[in-house]
Amino acid sequence: MTPNQIPHPNPASEARIRVRGLTKVFGEHPERGLALLAQGKGRAEVLKDTGCVVGLQDVSFDVAPGEILVVMGLSGSGKSTCLRCINRLVTPSAGEVVVDGTDVTRLSEHELLAFRRKHFGMVFQQFALFPHRTILRNVEYGLEIQGVAPTERTERAMTAIEQVGLKGWDQHLPSQLSGGMQQRAGLARALALDPDVLLMDEAFSALDPLIRRDMQQELVALQKRVKKTIVFVSHDLDEAIALGGRIVLMKDGRVVQQGSAADFLGNPADDYVRRFVEHIDVLGVVTAGDAMRAPALVARWDMPAAEALSRLDAAGEPVATVICEEGRFQGTVDATSLRGAGGTVLKLLAADRHAFVAERAPLNTAVVALAGGRGEIAVVGDDGHLRGIITNADLVAALARRHRATPPAGASPAHPVQ
Amino acid sequence: MAFEIPQIPLADWCDAALDWATDHFSGVTRAISAVIGTGIETITDTLVSLPPWVVIVAVALLAWRLTTARIALLSAVGFAFLWNVGLWIPTMQSLVLVLVSTAFALMIGVPIGITAALSRRFWRVVGPLLDMMQTMPSFVYLIPAIPFFGLGAVSACFATIVFAMPPTIRLTALGILQTPPELVEAADAFGSSRWQKLFKVQLPLAIPTIMAGINQTIMLALSMVVIAAMIGAGGLGGEVWKAIQRLEAGAGFQAGIAIVVLAIILDRITQHVALRMRVDKKND
Repeated sequence: MTPNQIPHPNPASEARIRVRGLTKVFGEHPERGLALLAQGKGRAEVLKDTGCVVGLQDVSFDVAPGEILVVMGLSGSGKSTCLRCINRLVTPSAGEVVVDGTDVTRLSEHELLAFRRKHFGMVFQQFALFPHRTILRNVEYGLEIQGVAPTERTERAMTAIEQVGLKGWDQHLPSQLSGGMQQRAGLARALALDPDVLLMDEAFSALDPLIRRDMQQELVALQKRVKKTIVFVSHDLDEAIALGGRIVLMKDGRVVQQGSAADFLGNPADDYVRRFVEHIDVLGVVTAGDAMRAPALVARWDMPAAEALSRLDAAGEPVATVICEEGRFQGTVDATSLRGAGGTVLKLLAADRHAFVAERAPLNTAVVALAGGRGEIAVVGDDGHLRGIITNADLVAALARRHRATPPAGASPAHPVQ
Repeated sequence: MAFEIPQIPLADWCDAALDWATDHFSGVTRAISAVIGTGIETITDTLVSLPPWVVIVAVALLAWRLTTARIALLSAVGFAFLWNVGLWIPTMQSLVLVLVSTAFALMIGVPIGITAALSRRFWRVVGPLLDMMQTMPSFVYLIPAIPFFGLGAVSACFATIVFAMPPTIRLTALGILQTPPELVEAADAFGSSRWQKLFKVQLPLAIPTIMAGINQTIMLALSMVVIAAMIGAGGLGGEVWKAIQRLEAGAGFQAGIAIVVLAIILDRITQHVALRMRVDKKND
């Protein structure tokens, strides 16, 4: 996928944020830098000829409503500038940023203030809580700016404080709270406004690793409830994966690749992306659905044991997967359990009813199950229906080949053998 | 043959400018002078008419409320000493002049400081002017003060305001400009207008710095009030001036030490208030 192709996660829905051709040139005469860029000159040449620094160059992406988009890159890649162009804390030199149908770059100063109040909540790396205000007054800040009446804003602020788990801390000053709690307050301050869009700038980077992981999980959980559109800037690939959204990878002010972490692994746009994902935990990115294959033998649970045994022998397979009439996974049977069982139906013989993983779960959840079982586990969809199986060999293959995101051929739902 | 470079008539120019200003504005300034003069006199008379111990107790209580018991005790002992050495009335005169001048310096200086912080262009004009105001020998302000305000307390007050105001302006501007950029950005991100940002974020955070400026302004005001005795401002400076003219070293030192005592009291109280605001902000 080239950087300029815009993958739309859900073509039917209108993008909440649409960024097109976003360019930022810092310096005394940005128009000169822009002119050079238009001639196809590179970043280094623009710096040499005009003294201007190209912060962003032709950045385009979409953010769907309710999506967590992670803008990722190392320091100096332009990711924070990009985030600040969305609410115009940094004024873009060229390009458009359309939020809910309004081009932010064209708003007057006055309209911009009103637009920020209505649409954006922002969370900062160093928390940026006001040290002279209590947690409550900090969380109230945005509402106060909007001119919400005192009783209503206290009520809404308290709700937000509860939402982030800071109940009872509202009368404390920020300096009395730990880093993790301060950032919860920062999050509450953004949530209290009930904004459409949350902009999070390296929000968890200043926290200890354990607290960072907790906050990531809580954000994902919170997002399920409140369904905000979140643009999250991070330099940490593991964080991007933990948040589970799409990733826009930036380098030197340009988008290198956008897609899921599994896309980056399976189909890296260039060597930079390849190196970026080199140390990634493959088992955390590749899903069970990505790694599964079609089961060798599927039998319905009303099949007699003798028949299943003969089919197993014929196919030369050790294990058969058992499903019910509706296709839901019911366990497995092997030759040992079938031998001498005669006409008993498989329903009564099936073992390992819990040896399955969800199709969308990362592969690492399958490892433990595989280690303790018969060398294969079932993969089921959200509805409980059998989708495929994963064997030890599949796991090794996934690790070895940095498995592609697309499911291998033949992993379509199996048809039961009658 | 001597080759002569004509002298720049700087003194003449200054005279011309002052004459022009006096001709046009002295009516106004004399009127102001009358009002302020009456004010200063009334306050001084009231303080002097009270029994000194009432004033001492009042100052001690105020200091105790604003600062600590130790500083309150120090203030009480200090004022008692000033009463004891027979310098009560000059002390009250100097104190009133210092407080009135400081009040004016703040009323003028804080808004100028805020404007300077918000407008880079204004700051470029005000900056050098402040440097000049502070480096100019303080006596010089006394000369033009006389034609505008006449001899006495009001001229002293005017000269003191000019001399003592710069730290307030400078530290107000500095305090606002020193607001951590991430907090300014946070205020912007939530759509704060310029004024909301100023009154809800920048000014509250600048208060400790502004207080440090106020402390300096009070100290400068005290030093100027002493010098202003030369134009008939009276007070403790007047006592020193009298001692110089009569060559009474003992009386001169006594008045000098009284000024030091007054300075220490004013400094400790204002410094402690500034410190407390800083501490309040950090960890309650």
